Amino acid sequence: MFIRLLLALALLPGLTAPAAAQGATSSPAPEIVKAIAEVASSDAAVQEGAAVALGKTGDRTLLPLLEALREGSVYVRSLPGGKKETVIVGDKVNEGDKTLVPLFTAYGREPIRSADGKPLLADLSKLQEVPTGRSLRLVLRPLIDAFSGTTQLADPDWTVRQAAAVKMGNGGDAGALPALTDALAKEKDRWVRYAIEEAIALIQLKSGSPAERVNAATRLGALGGGDALDRLRELANAADAPPALKQAAADAVKRVERWSLLTQTIQVMFQGVSLSSILLLMALGLAIIFGLMGVINMAHGELMALGAYATYVTQGWFQGHAPGFFGYYFLVALPLSFLVAGAAGFALERGVIRFLYGRPLETLLLTWGISLMIQQGLRLWFGAANVDVISPTWLSGGLPVMVGIQLPYNRLFIIGLATVAVAAMYLLLFKTDAGLRVRAVTQNRGMAACLGVRSRRVDALTFALGAGLAGIAGCALTQIGNVGPELGQNYIVDSFMVVVTGGVGKLLGTILAALGIGGLNKIIEPGFGAVFGKVAILVVVIVFIQRRPSGLFAAKGRYADS
Amino acid sequence: MRTRERWTFLAAAVLLVVVLPALNALPQGSPFRVSNFTLNLFGKYLTYAILALGIDLIWGYAGVLSLGHGVFFGLGAYAMGMHLMLEIGAKGVYQNVLPDFMVWNRVTELPLFWRPFKSALFTLLAVVLVPGIVAAVFGFLTFRSRIRGVYFSIITQALALCAWLTFNRNTMNLGGTNGLSGFKTMFGFPLNEASTQRGLYVATALCLCGAYVLCRWIVRSPAGRVLVAIRDSETRVLFCGYSPAAFKLFVFTVSAALAGVAGALYVGQVGIITPARIGVLPSIEMIIWVAVGGRGTLIGPVVGAFGVNWLQSLLTTHYPDLWILALGGMFVAVVLFVPDGIVGTAQKLMARFGGAKTPEAAAARSEEAKAVEMTSR
Repeated sequence: MFIRLLLALALLPGLTAPAAAQGATSSPAPEIVKAIAEVASSDAAVQEGAAVALGKTGDRTLLPLLEALREGSVYVRSLPGGKKETVIVGDKVNEGDKTLVPLFTAYGREPIRSADGKPLLADLSKLQEVPTGRSLRLVLRPLIDAFSGTTQLADPDWTVRQAAAVKMGNGGDAGALPALTDALAKEKDRWVRYAIEEAIALIQLKSGSPAERVNAATRLGALGGGDALDRLRELANAADAPPALKQAAADAVKRVERWSLLTQTIQVMFQGVSLSSILLLMALGLAIIFGLMGVINMAHGELMALGAYATYVTQGWFQGHAPGFFGYYFLVALPLSFLVAGAAGFALERGVIRFLYGRPLETLLLTWGISLMIQQGLRLWFGAANVDVISPTWLSGGLPVMVGIQLPYNRLFIIGLATVAVAAMYLLLFKTDAGLRVRAVTQNRGMAACLGVRSRRVDALTFALGAGLAGIAGCALTQIGNVGPELGQNYIVDSFMVVVTGGVGKLLGTILAALGIGGLNKIIEPGFGAVFGKVAILVVVIVFIQRRPSGLFAAKGRYADS
Repeated sequence: MRTRERWTFLAAAVLLVVVLPALNALPQGSPFRVSNFTLNLFGKYLTYAILALGIDLIWGYAGVLSLGHGVFFGLGAYAMGMHLMLEIGAKGVYQNVLPDFMVWNRVTELPLFWRPFKSALFTLLAVVLVPGIVAAVFGFLTFRSRIRGVYFSIITQALALCAWLTFNRNTMNLGGTNGLSGFKTMFGFPLNEASTQRGLYVATALCLCGAYVLCRWIVRSPAGRVLVAIRDSETRVLFCGYSPAAFKLFVFTVSAALAGVAGALYVGQVGIITPARIGVLPSIEMIIWVAVGGRGTLIGPVVGAFGVNWLQSLLTTHYPDLWILALGGMFVAVVLFVPDGIVGTAQKLMARFGGAKTPEAAAARSEEAKAVEMTSR
């Protein structure tokens, strides 16, 4: 856009026939004028030579011409004085039996205007088409790529610069080298510098002199990026490669592999922690409800889905009513989903569950029934298909920590959220009067009631709090997974496993169990696949419960069994 | 059995085993004829009733809520399904002795665990033994470590999830998501003939009668009294010197074997078994049959299995969106308003207004009250 604007100012009297010259003018150098004329030649060799010459200038004004050449929309028109001019034609317009096309200049793709200032339309049949053969296209492609790559290497957004460097490196075209070297000298960002260095080494490895190639292989090994691994392996096993190069490639492969082993371990650990924190967010609510009331809330997953849909609706509202503040919708959605799910939980407890205390199996069936109804309700209201929740920009992308490892912001955010939630729960339960009452009712309902604790109110509020935590979990899940009516079902069994393993109403047990099950899941998955990972976890949990029937931290004394 | 109950049972048995198939055998066009479709539907409901009886045994009497009975149903169904697959022989689409889905998955020879299922006798044994053994091992591990109440329910639900995930895998060589289907014959009888289906129906009805008698015998035996005692207070039973784990293990295994038989009969009549029948949702749907009918009675599960499934057929044909809502509503309504189910409530009402003495219902009520008292903290 910016370039177009510049071009709009740079009108060229030398080429455009009736030039309405305004503003700054810069006429192309004579050799460019010559090359533009030659590009239209019918001799393929002359054509290709001219194209390469144009590409070598690095003049971005010429990019439209090269692109048009590739598309086959370059024509030659005859000017009144017997002269010929190379032009670019625009979209065809049919008028009667004639096909008319608007004309643009070759240098800068400016509209050519007739004397009265209107865009000039020419009869297509009067123009002479410039042939674009396959070999010309092959010549053109790297030239165009180099142009766009060079532009992107100067982009203010570092991710664009990085992506451009990676693309140029993978393209392996030697023509890109000067641009890369230039960019490297100017670049300050550590990760873009890394990407550029890798790209340069990759290009040199492919098309440098023998010494350069050996050098490049060694450098790639030192850089340790996984992108080069395939090519290095190929070289190390190639029969026709020079021995020095082979050796260097083999060494580099070893270094890269060692490095990737380290990065993979860290990735798995990170994924384990991130899964754990989702399980923790879910299990936290389940565990306090179970601990306090002995109620297994099968609708917990659907309360989570409510939170997720609340986020979806908030996002939609921001899109429609306050697009300027779209980036902040998540900050509104987070408390809102807590409130929505919490209110639903409160209604659930006051409405039905309080009639069923002391009958855990009945409560389980009842909440299952409610979960089916919420699920179907969501399906009827929002449709059975998954809905899209767009992440705010500050949660997309990732934080590069070391070569080959980028920690996504959304997952970091969820880990942070879980940590905050756990800390808040701890403070609430152990440092406030309300928490004291909750713990008293959990330990001995009758005695607490005798001492003046309104146990029914504590029940309702705790249930609402647990449900609200589920809502927050649902809100967080929108950032990393699909939002659909079945959202809750995917995590519910896992989070029950966490509660069972962690023990009833024990904060520390829940945390450790979430970490253990989440971590185990991610450790087993690569080896056995997701399905057998789940089966293995069930086996581990059953074996574990053999040793500790009441979870990690069993209640002791007279509360142990009722 | 008391005389009146005996006559009711015999009348129901004759109706199901003799009258319905006989009506089906009437010539086409006769006004009293029961159509093949209806008979087949009834046959399906009867398999569900067998399954529900098993669930009632473990839940209604021993108070152990298993949310994984779909797995045992599925094991029986897959065992029978594997035999039927092998019976197709080279008459499949690919003209190969291997089942079609294996040809499609490029499996070149029959996997080892499929081979014994060529034998009809082995299959009939496996239908009972495979679910029974799986339940026995699983039950041994869980009951031994005194996992009870909701803990047991959750673990069995995880079992259902794992089984569903596993059976969905193509690499298991069990047909993946599509399951087993396309059967042609059963023990040599062509499945698409009305007479075979009628025979299967009679077999199912007989099995249901047998299951009823078996459950009644267990429930009325001293062991049955211990089961009810476990339901009401497991700790007291333990302190009295009984081993609740052993009793629960026994009844869990019997219940799983009944589910396996139901599954095998189901496959013959419905003609397909897929992992979708053994997952978390179908497993918990089975519970609602028992709850609606009335747990702790032996008629209840049969009534519930018929009633709920009939309602499901009705709703899914006319109002497909409403079925899940109705199912959820049923859970809520039964738990809140009719905890004794249809049959239990009817028995209570009869006891109160009809003057007829039904000690079973009265006992059930007082036991229920006691259970609430015991477990509430």
